[in-house]
Amino acid sequence: MSDQRPIQRDENPEGIHLPLEPLPGHTSRGRLERVLRRGEFAVTTELNPPDSADPEDVYNRAKVFDGWVDAINAVDASGANCHMSSVGICALLTRMGYAPIMQIACRDKNRIAIQGDVLGGAAMGVANMLCLTGDGVQAGDQPGAKPVFDLDSISLLETIRIMRDNGKFLSGRKLTTPPQLFLGAAVNPFAPPYDFRPIHLGKKIAAGAQFVQSQYCFDVPMFKTFMQKARDLGFTEKVFILVGVGPLASAKTAKWIRSNVPGIHIPDAIIKRLEGAQDQKAEGKRLCIDIINEVKEIPGVSGVHVMAYRQEEYVAEIVDESGVLKGRRPWKREARADDALVAARLDHLLHDNITETQVDMVKTAH
Amino acid sequence: MDSTQPVSTTAKGPASAAGEVAPPAAAAGVTQATIVKKTAPKSDYKPADVSPQRRVQRSYSVRLWSVRHSRALEWFYGRFADTFLALHPLWKGIGYGRVEAPVKFVEKRVKGLMFDCRMCGQCILSSTGMSCPMNCPKQLRNGPCGGVRANGNCEVEPDMPCVWVKAWEGSRNMTKGDAILNVQKPVDQSLRETSAWLRVTAQAAAVREAAKGGAPS
Repeated sequence: MSDQRPIQRDENPEGIHLPLEPLPGHTSRGRLERVLRRGEFAVTTELNPPDSADPEDVYNRAKVFDGWVDAINAVDASGANCHMSSVGICALLTRMGYAPIMQIACRDKNRIAIQGDVLGGAAMGVANMLCLTGDGVQAGDQPGAKPVFDLDSISLLETIRIMRDNGKFLSGRKLTTPPQLFLGAAVNPFAPPYDFRPIHLGKKIAAGAQFVQSQYCFDVPMFKTFMQKARDLGFTEKVFILVGVGPLASAKTAKWIRSNVPGIHIPDAIIKRLEGAQDQKAEGKRLCIDIINEVKEIPGVSGVHVMAYRQEEYVAEIVDESGVLKGRRPWKREARADDALVAARLDHLLHDNITETQVDMVKTAH
Repeated sequence: MDSTQPVSTTAKGPASAAGEVAPPAAAAGVTQATIVKKTAPKSDYKPADVSPQRRVQRSYSVRLWSVRHSRALEWFYGRFADTFLALHPLWKGIGYGRVEAPVKFVEKRVKGLMFDCRMCGQCILSSTGMSCPMNCPKQLRNGPCGGVRANGNCEVEPDMPCVWVKAWEGSRNMTKGDAILNVQKPVDQSLRETSAWLRVTAQAAAVREAAKGGAPS
């Protein structure tokens, strides 16, 4: 790497407008993989998907993260609620040069649709994909929908790994260009069976997970136990673990989440602390920063995944005040493989005097 | 020609509830999911608020008994599979296609009683602690998901113990319980309602013959 500008590490040495080449041992062209493999503390976050057909909604929601995160999760109808699709969000984000993590939930699509989306996403420049099972349809606003669950998170991981490494669909049919991807999965150390969870992480690694993002961590001692077991099994060498954290808006919200959102464990001590505070929102943020400071010291933790649902503007403050970036400024435009091609084509359309009627087009073709 | 115009049953709401409109948008602090549930049409017939899968089965007691006795069942299944394999010449003589119907009849009822079998046709009970993964509302073959409740019950069915929590418990009793660590392939939906016993037997017989290396028997 020729570093003329030492601040900007991840750029093509031939020019900043060119796409990144995968480094030796890397499976993607993405920046997230580079940051993690360099051993830097990574920060990812989640974009609240708009209920709108306006691309600016996505751009505006992504803009608050500029310079603070390494990648943005494009959620796939989280909580089984209808929103703009993760593929659509990724199309917009990659167009703007962000590094999205495309989430794929098995709830809504069968293996035919999923494999197609993997290829489509990778062609758009998505370098990271996160494989999820997905919440049950009963949790969302369309309880009458048909739950698909054709694959599960682990067989989905394996499916994409086969596409990437063997260059084949599940059926065995060959891909002419396999996708280059950094594969992720989710872990929830805070739900039973607690002794099986670290072993289950091993299953995800075996299926192809290269990084994992955890469910919201509010119980640090419980997470430490999980990490101890994962370290003993040698899994922290094989996978990058990003801890899920986030601010709670109030004690009331915390109680609501605890009883309504599946798989989130909030200890009573946390709720007590929020209830005792003057400004519960500020205390929720403080609490999030405290948890980040605690988990970042645990060996084997490679980063944090900040989920600030409807409080996205706090992500920058949380990342700043916890100091996990150590002065590093993550985001910088990421060029796509087809950027030059699109630019040339658009330029051509704008400036050339092209025949517009089909009759004339036929005449000129002969 | 107005009478022949197709009537949309989705744009205005369900056809049965004439005049029904889409639920109003959620106010702050209430989720749309809650509104949808509250505005559902009222009627005297109100089915239990469980998933359709739960409606087709009785209780879980026999299934849970099987998990508690996974070791004994593992031993029994080992003998049973050997017997079935020993009968391979008989199955082949009669024709696998012809014995399928009676074998499936028995298999469906026996496994249905013991494990609440769903006849996926590719049984992996020995890899899942004798807890049938097709009873998971998400039909996970590599569970559990992250939604398991703190009391070990299912996210979708609050009164049902998580199939995969039980699978882990069952596998700990078994001699070959570590098979739960294998990554399972996605279900082949085209094998539904076929006999897993005959399939396993035919495959085992093929393996045995291949091991003999084509030597005349």
